[in-house]
Amino acid sequence: MTTIVKNGRFLDHDPLALSFKTLEDGKTDAALDLSSDVDPVEIWHRVRWAPALRIHFPSSADGRGFSIAQALRKAGYRGHLRAFGHVLADQYPLALRSGFDDVEISDELAARQPEHQWSDAYGRIQGGYLERLQAGVKRAA
Amino acid sequence: MYLYSQFDEDFVRNRVAQFRGQVAKRLDGSLIEDEFKPLRLMNGLYLQLHAYMLRVAIPYGSLDSAKMRQLAMIADRWDKGYGHFTTRQNIQFNWPKLNDVPDILDALADVGMHAIQTSGNTIRNVTADHFAGAADDEIEDPRLVAELLRQWSTDHPEFQSLPRKFKIAVTGSPNDRAVVKAHDIGLRMIRNESGEPGFEVIVGGGLGRSPFIGKTMREFLPKADLLPYLEAILHIYNLHGRRDNKYKARIKILLHEEGLAIIREQVEAAFARIRPQFQTPSDELVADIARYFRKPDLPPRGTGSFEGLIAANPAFRSFTETNVANHTNPDYGIVTISLKPIGGTPGDATSDQMRVVADVAQRYGHDEIRVSHEQNLILPHVAKADIPAVYAALREAGLATANVGLISDIIACPGMDYCALATARSIPIAQEISTRFDELKLENDIGPLKIKISGCINACGHHHVGHIGILGLDRAGVENYQITLGGDGTETMSLGERAGPGFSAEDLIPALERLINTYLDLRQSRDETFLQTYRRLGTGPFKAALYPQTTEQEAA
Amino acid sequence: MTRKANHQVVTANHLLEGDAVWFTARQDWSRDIADAAVASHEEAAQALLNAASKQQDKVVGPYLAAAAIDANGNAAPAHFREAFRTRGPSNYFHGKQAAGA
Ligand code: SF4
Repeated sequence: MTTIVKNGRFLDHDPLALSFKTLEDGKTDAALDLSSDVDPVEIWHRVRWAPALRIHFPSSADGRGFSIAQALRKAGYRGHLRAFGHVLADQYPLALRSGFDDVEISDELAARQPEHQWSDAYGRIQGGYLERLQAGVKRAA
Repeated sequence: MYLYSQFDEDFVRNRVAQFRGQVAKRLDGSLIEDEFKPLRLMNGLYLQLHAYMLRVAIPYGSLDSAKMRQLAMIADRWDKGYGHFTTRQNIQFNWPKLNDVPDILDALADVGMHAIQTSGNTIRNVTADHFAGAADDEIEDPRLVAELLRQWSTDHPEFQSLPRKFKIAVTGSPNDRAVVKAHDIGLRMIRNESGEPGFEVIVGGGLGRSPFIGKTMREFLPKADLLPYLEAILHIYNLHGRRDNKYKARIKILLHEEGLAIIREQVEAAFARIRPQFQTPSDELVADIARYFRKPDLPPRGTGSFEGLIAANPAFRSFTETNVANHTNPDYGIVTISLKPIGGTPGDATSDQMRVVADVAQRYGHDEIRVSHEQNLILPHVAKADIPAVYAALREAGLATANVGLISDIIACPGMDYCALATARSIPIAQEISTRFDELKLENDIGPLKIKISGCINACGHHHVGHIGILGLDRAGVENYQITLGGDGTETMSLGERAGPGFSAEDLIPALERLINTYLDLRQSRDETFLQTYRRLGTGPFKAALYPQTTEQEAA
Repeated sequence: MTRKANHQVVTANHLLEGDAVWFTARQDWSRDIADAAVASHEEAAQALLNAASKQQDKVVGPYLAAAAIDANGNAAPAHFREAFRTRGPSNYFHGKQAAGA
């Protein structure tokens, strides 16, 4: 079983209530599961109309999902992006800053890293260098 | 010297608090070691052979006296009274305890320092020419670019779990003092035909078990495109770099396996997608960073007793010949403080020595200190009139060894005295070489010579680009040292060639003596350096010197 | 046929201190290799490693290392790397070699 983390909270049910199909199913308007080795450019035409995409993180050390999310968002994807698998509470801000809407983790991980760790992490989304460099914010004297 | 804004300060403090939490989570079981390890590494914390090791970032090698004094304080309070300056312009503490590390990081934040991304599969601390802002051959000060890159890469959400570590170096001058062709990305500042400043972007260099010289991905990249272009390179690398084998995971392997043309095409396509959406940092922000890198006001000072002391004092003269380089301003010099005392550990400084350097820099050096990738310290702006006083203070502290660029100015990685990955020791070899050639009193006669020693194939000691490279290996349970010849880490970069079978620790020093004597016999004049002689004659005579028996057998 | 003795010990780094420790017969960790439990064949070695690996709350990175048996019948390092881990670095008198002094 899995736990959905949204806005720093554990949800007791999945608000999406969608069934995720694989890319191979060939449906272009269904919610889709994407493995971590997809090339976002190659799959773009097949995923662009999907209402939700669930991108797999096989290990917390494998950061491809962050790049896939960034590429899809830059290409103009406006649906729901979910990070699925081994994402740590400490990586939650990275996921949100990369364009994910929520995270789905195993109940085992949710037990080890309880909700308060995710709410703490949720409080750390602000204050990134990249956002500041891009915003052209003037520095206080 | 870049000083933290409120933003930097808040960021670093938050990061320390976060790491404090991560340590607590490791101890209470919320994080298992496999999960904790990448997190501690991206905060500079390794676990080595005998202890944890904390690698502190010295962005582009720039320090001031307050920072240096704080490093000395940390060495005394939480370590064993010394620190080790590395080939990537960082400093390492070899003996911290896990529970103390968050406090050490807070102490660093007190002076605007951190240990973020000094390790792990992240974009590492950006390195730059250590003579930046002072060298007479410079196009532009590379530190402004390096600081922008530091900000861009720090906690970049997309690039915290790359296939492998990622190193970037910047040089602002045609004389490459930053080894840019041995980095994942090397940036060389150039101007195009219309005189606009930009970069040659070199990708896929690296030493390690498969050494590659970087290849040019873009001949000329306008300055304003730098961040989105790097973002495109990293994006392609993060998606496509190999993750199945850590020895094939660097971008150099991706480039090698896929070919430069294919990767360039992917990068340029990604760049075309990223560029329009990438907001270039505002002019105010850039100008604000730039004001920290303004050259200090250097009033005319004449040269005082400088010339006179050179004539009167041979020790001072040899110090000025080796350790003082030309400054853009003729009244000033760039002073290199050698951290290679004869028989000492390359790159180490005691807390007392750090305080002396801080005092001297504050009093005579416009409060600027640099760390070079050759593991020495640099005072970039010292009036020639003050150099005699600087020399006297340094000598008192055992810091006036006049050997910069000479045979005892050895680069050595920590090797098996500290490093968990090592296959042999490197420090004792460096100690023996410098002691032996000092006994022979040959150092000045031999002239410019770079010996570089690594304790394993990972090549942190850059042995491939040593004029003489030494690689420590484990041969059937015994330390064994392989020699490479003819490497060069400058703009004329070349990788050394393996000379032949390795030597035991005992046989290594006599072999090097034979090698050096051969050079002294064969050089055309005192002005022909070891590397030039080697390039003129090839490996033949040097191999014969290293392996006299084999060569005799072949002849027989 | 006699097989060459294949002595192994389990060693790791202490989670808090970071220094080298060895797994003992009491399922505990010691800073002295002489206290280490010695496995003399592969199954025993694996069993020792499995037991030690359950203690990730105390140590980091447990692994099997070849060992010798010294004159007193205690475990001793068999390879120079493991020997350094019992002593400390060679350039300074730091680490375990200094602890007894
Ligand atoms: S070269 Fe090898 S031994 Fe030396 S520091 Fe790097 S990993 Fe360690």
